Amino acid sequence: MPSVTRLLDDSAMASVLERMAGEVVEKSGKIGGVVLVGIQRRGVELAGRLAGLIGKATGATIPLGKLDITLYRDDLSTIGQRPRVGETSLPDSIEGKTVVVVDDVLYTGRTIRAALDELADFGRPRRILLCVLVDRGGRELPIQADITGLSVETTGDDRVDVGVWELDGRDGVDLVRGAPL
Amino acid sequence: MTPPTLGKDLIGLEGLSADQIRLILDTAEPFKEVSERAIKKVPALRGKTIVNLFFEASTRTRISFEFAEKRLSADTVNVATTGSSVSKGETLVDTARNLEAMRIDMVVIRHPSSGAAQFLGDRIGSNVINAGDGKHEHPTQGLLDLLTLRDRFGRIEGLKVAICGDVLHSRVARSNIWGLLKLGAEVALCGPATLIPRELVELGVQIIPRIDDAMAWADALNVLRLQLERMQGGFIPSLREYNRVFGVTRERLERVAKDLVILHPGPMNRGVEIDSDVADGPNSVILPQVTNGVAVRMAVLYLLAGGAPEWQAS
Repeated sequence: MPSVTRLLDDSAMASVLERMAGEVVEKSGKIGGVVLVGIQRRGVELAGRLAGLIGKATGATIPLGKLDITLYRDDLSTIGQRPRVGETSLPDSIEGKTVVVVDDVLYTGRTIRAALDELADFGRPRRILLCVLVDRGGRELPIQADITGLSVETTGDDRVDVGVWELDGRDGVDLVRGAPL
Repeated sequence: MTPPTLGKDLIGLEGLSADQIRLILDTAEPFKEVSERAIKKVPALRGKTIVNLFFEASTRTRISFEFAEKRLSADTVNVATTGSSVSKGETLVDTARNLEAMRIDMVVIRHPSSGAAQFLGDRIGSNVINAGDGKHEHPTQGLLDLLTLRDRFGRIEGLKVAICGDVLHSRVARSNIWGLLKLGAEVALCGPATLIPRELVELGVQIIPRIDDAMAWADALNVLRLQLERMQGGFIPSLREYNRVFGVTRERLERVAKDLVILHPGPMNRGVEIDSDVADGPNSVILPQVTNGVAVRMAVLYLLAGGAPEWQAS
């Protein structure tokens, strides 16, 4: 039977996001050149939250983008027909900007590899930072996050569920043991 | 509920369910954006080899498929009938088997015989996409017409679409009829009695003999090309006569006094089935059709590529 452990409830997630927003400001230097890019799907909502928090703290309006990496995956022919390709839309230019890539869970690193390839097709940012709510280990590529909300040890039999109220009706992070995707 | 998938081949819209058609149209949406990027290319089909096998003249469809393939990073080879072994009498299946022996992943075929795409798909393991077979179907044209109508009206269900002109010789008409009916539109055919096969009524379409009545009835008009190369059979008295009786002219458009959307699959015979004023006017979505063609073909290639060809699986 799968067992569910609550890692973050809504108030804990709110304070983690607040801390992450602070770190984004701190690590990206001049806030004027920062673009937040969320990876479909929950990364998009998280990027929006972080942009709101940064805006409240600094008064700056942070441009937002969204990235769907489906077409940049390296496993199209092994996973079979993948119906849904989501929307990609980036601010006018990412040339010379500090791009903060936001995702919900960092696992094998393959999604981020694909995201970096896709971003490179849109321009040459000055710097790219990676910001994730949960780092669950298990990397298959040499990719690490610059800003991490929460680190948790997991195995391949586990699943990390991130909920955001925009899509799921509530905020929170659950670790589900014994029920892989 | 598992989401719909496509089979190995795309032969026609007759063989697809409404859900499968919607899947292709929905998948085409994000591909529109890819063609607006500065770098119009994504790596989704990298390493896939696609052969465009054209046994019949085509500019628009062949170029559209080629753009779609290249924008997905596939490797493409174009085979035209002239200058190939086909002109030495090689059979269709031998040509395809030889190509398959070179480990290709997909074949896009245009052929003058109805059923050629199905015939090929049944005999080779690669994905086969019908780019027009005889008078049978031209599914990607049907799909791009559906996408263009959906863009314009926000829906297909309940739309009234009149398909006008040379329905008899038209694979575009057949793909449109199947696609529109499956998605819940009403379809009427309009044209000279010699060019409107009566048996199509059995599919659930109506026939409106006069073009003015069809224009008054319809939300959108799909004006077919009069296939001049097939007009030796005495189907129409003359081109001028055809234009006078069935031509979509500005005068007729002004008379119906409504926002009628005009589609045409191209290539147009200006001054025959459609006047330049209409083709280039505000009611025309002829160029958006061409733009959507690339997106729809990218969606079809992407969806079919999800399943590995049989020679890879074995």
